[in-house]
Amino acid sequence: METTSRPSAASRSQGRLGRDVQSKIGNQLRAIYDDVVKEGVPDRFLDLLKRLDRKDEGGSQP
Amino acid sequence: MSLDPSVRDAVLAAIPSLRAFAISLCGNVDRADDLVQETLLRALANIDSFEPGSNMPAWLFTILRNLFRSEYRKRRREVEDADGSYAQSLKSQPEQGGHVEFQEFRTALAQLPPEQREALILVGASGFSYEEAAEICDCAVGTIKSRVNRARARLADMLSIESMEDFGPDVATRAILTGTTSR
Repeated sequence: METTSRPSAASRSQGRLGRDVQSKIGNQLRAIYDDVVKEGVPDRFLDLLKRLDRKDEGGSQP
Repeated sequence: MSLDPSVRDAVLAAIPSLRAFAISLCGNVDRADDLVQETLLRALANIDSFEPGSNMPAWLFTILRNLFRSEYRKRRREVEDADGSYAQSLKSQPEQGGHVEFQEFRTALAQLPPEQREALILVGASGFSYEEAAEICDCAVGTIKSRVNRARARLADMLSIESMEDFGPDVATRAILTGTTSR
């Protein structure tokens, strides 16, 4: 992928990103991701698993 | 089918992270949940091919990714601008979880090439090793590493992150630190 032509881009592409930059990106990424993870398992998937699990048992459960 | 309780628990435990991955791929919660549902149906229909004791999250992520890719390819044939519409859908989406300050980051993330984005998320957020991510994406470990590195470099570039200070919440402080002292 080509980078933009800002002067800082050149210096950055030559070396590794600093640890602090990496960890900042990582923190934001995980924050966004964990927002969803924290929602847990929505009911639709709990119901789906229950339904599928019961199929072979003749659906006797109410 | 009658699920082994330990298998069912492993599937359940993987769902929250699977959703987060799906949302990051689709950029749309409803589509992502449909994709997760499809993944679960596919997985449970083929549960016999899952080796007990092996990596359930990695197995489910692989199925989800494959489903997404085949759907994506199909859409791409139907709709010209698949990437553009994805980026647009992210931009127009109200922020989730009240993290207004992450909007810029989300937008930048949406602009990454799909392969780089998924590699970065698998390694940087889902917590998979490079090896596991390579398996999920069906490519070499070195490919994953280079995608992750390129993704980070592009994000840093788009967000102009050069130091910790650039991420400070206080704009005035940031201006002082980066504007007057460091250049």
